Amino acid sequence: MQQVSIDQLQKISSQVRRDCLRMVHAVQSGHPGAALGLTEYFVALFFKEMQHNNQFDMDGKGEDLFFLSNGHVSALWYSVLARNGYFSTEELGTFRKINSRLQGHPATHEGLPGVRIASGSLGQGLSVAIGAAQVKKLNQDDKLVYVVMGDGEQQEGQIWEAAMYAAHHHVDNIIAAIDYNGQQIDGPTKKVMDLKDLKAKWEAFGWEVISIEKGNDMAAVLEGLAKAKSMTGKGKPVLILLHTEMGYGVDFMVGTHKWHGVAPSDAELENALSQLEETLGDY
Amino acid sequence: MEKTLDLKFTYTEKKDTRSGFGDGLLEAGRKNPNVVGLCADLIGSLKMGAFQKEFPDRFFQVGIAEANMIGLAAGMTIGGKIPFTGTFANFSTGRVYDQIRQSVAYSDKNVKICASHAGLTLGEDGATHQILEDVGMMKMLPHMTVIVPCDYNQTKAATLALVDHVGPAYLRFGRPVWPIFTPANQKFEIGKAWKMIEGKDVTIFATGHLVWEAVVAEAMLREEGISAEVINIHTIKPLDEEAILASVAKTGCAVAAEEHQINGGLGDSIAQVLVRNHPAPLEYVGVNDSFGESGTPTQLLEKYGLNAANIVKAAKQAVSRK
Repeated sequence: MQQVSIDQLQKISSQVRRDCLRMVHAVQSGHPGAALGLTEYFVALFFKEMQHNNQFDMDGKGEDLFFLSNGHVSALWYSVLARNGYFSTEELGTFRKINSRLQGHPATHEGLPGVRIASGSLGQGLSVAIGAAQVKKLNQDDKLVYVVMGDGEQQEGQIWEAAMYAAHHHVDNIIAAIDYNGQQIDGPTKKVMDLKDLKAKWEAFGWEVISIEKGNDMAAVLEGLAKAKSMTGKGKPVLILLHTEMGYGVDFMVGTHKWHGVAPSDAELENALSQLEETLGDY
Repeated sequence: MEKTLDLKFTYTEKKDTRSGFGDGLLEAGRKNPNVVGLCADLIGSLKMGAFQKEFPDRFFQVGIAEANMIGLAAGMTIGGKIPFTGTFANFSTGRVYDQIRQSVAYSDKNVKICASHAGLTLGEDGATHQILEDVGMMKMLPHMTVIVPCDYNQTKAATLALVDHVGPAYLRFGRPVWPIFTPANQKFEIGKAWKMIEGKDVTIFATGHLVWEAVVAEAMLREEGISAEVINIHTIKPLDEEAILASVAKTGCAVAAEEHQINGGLGDSIAQVLVRNHPAPLEYVGVNDSFGESGTPTQLLEKYGLNAANIVKAAKQAVSRK
């Protein structure tokens, strides 16, 4: 665990949000909504909770591993990786452009440090993370595996195949999180395909489930992560229901699915950036 | 009929190719501690029981959840394992195409997708299980190696060769007992075609179970005064273009024989090589845009035009077009 104060983490979060919006704006494509909603969780993981090495090694032995299943929040992950020194922040300016390592959805193909699996086609990341977690056990590696999924993604069948498997095989070195913002492309999840009681469902599948009710409150996120960590190694996989607000941090983007996959205009970007302090210097 | 022919390759024993996989996997497990096995509730059918028994910590029962199995396998490469997944060919490919595409091929993961009960020779279970499109789907994927061995010995050798091969691969084998006509402990070189029988009038490129049919066809053709060259294409991708072109340069025409749809199979790959480099008559022995049905392997190969007699007919047609 890295020694960073909550205040510092909040400042980093502000800069990461600026990065996300500037990246998406520059190419007028991408997914700002969920990226803004997940910012605190990513910053908490990469700047405090996880033991990881920015001199990237695919096998990641002896370090915590991170997998992103809902790959469309790529801008957020790229910003957090760059701000951790995996690659230069200047490279963020190549996001979604031709000949870039920063593909629209994360990929290993171009050799971007930090990414261990391609994601974007939904539902696949949990399986991959569970496989990696089982190998950690085979390798007598006591570090953890983290994976983030979307809530809309819970509609994919493979998620439940993986959920059943992890509990059956006692994969207790994994912390999965669901970005529980209640939104998906076509509207609120309740309208599109109601997820009903996710907590009861995951518990019925044999997971330990905790909720972080305020997923955009850094203190709450850190507290939740500490609790989740304390539940690992006890025979059950651990799930965090991470309640976030899509578009958090920008008043006109918050709480609606409209900004799932839409880039801000010049004026909208200017308005949004005026709400987010530049703390580490724009790329 | 076979017994009266003067065959260039013969056999004393028949065995299923899936047993070659099972025995190869066990040996691979003993040779390399990083080899792990995953199976989707078909341990007996895939002959993975011996590996499971000897290496219980390195074997993962996945249940009837093939999509999850492919994802798990991709994840297990991270940390240095070499996962071999096992299920029927239908559930190894069509059912999980997107998982293979994104998590394995595009991510360039060292996963070995091992697929049994491919093709018509699955037999009585019928068309739901008789996949005839798998080679096409797999060969289209960038990074993917595609191997279709012809008998027990070659399947065992191919399985062992995959341990040292880095990158995603698809290994296709089958259910029926089949002649063992290639040598035990053979060296298996991925991507290298094997000229089994030298000939001068026509080349028969065959893969999988139909290599045996090609060996029989060669003897039948010889009786009619036609000299056929038989080349075993066990690796469909990467394809040994050099061997294909050298043979057709000599014989001037060819037959492609496979237990697969003509669309997208080995024959299509050979046609591309010939059209680009050395246009020559090419005849196809394969399933012609249709599903299979229940029946015995022998009945099905006959009904769908995939046995030695059909290869003979195709060879004569190819020769007549020169």
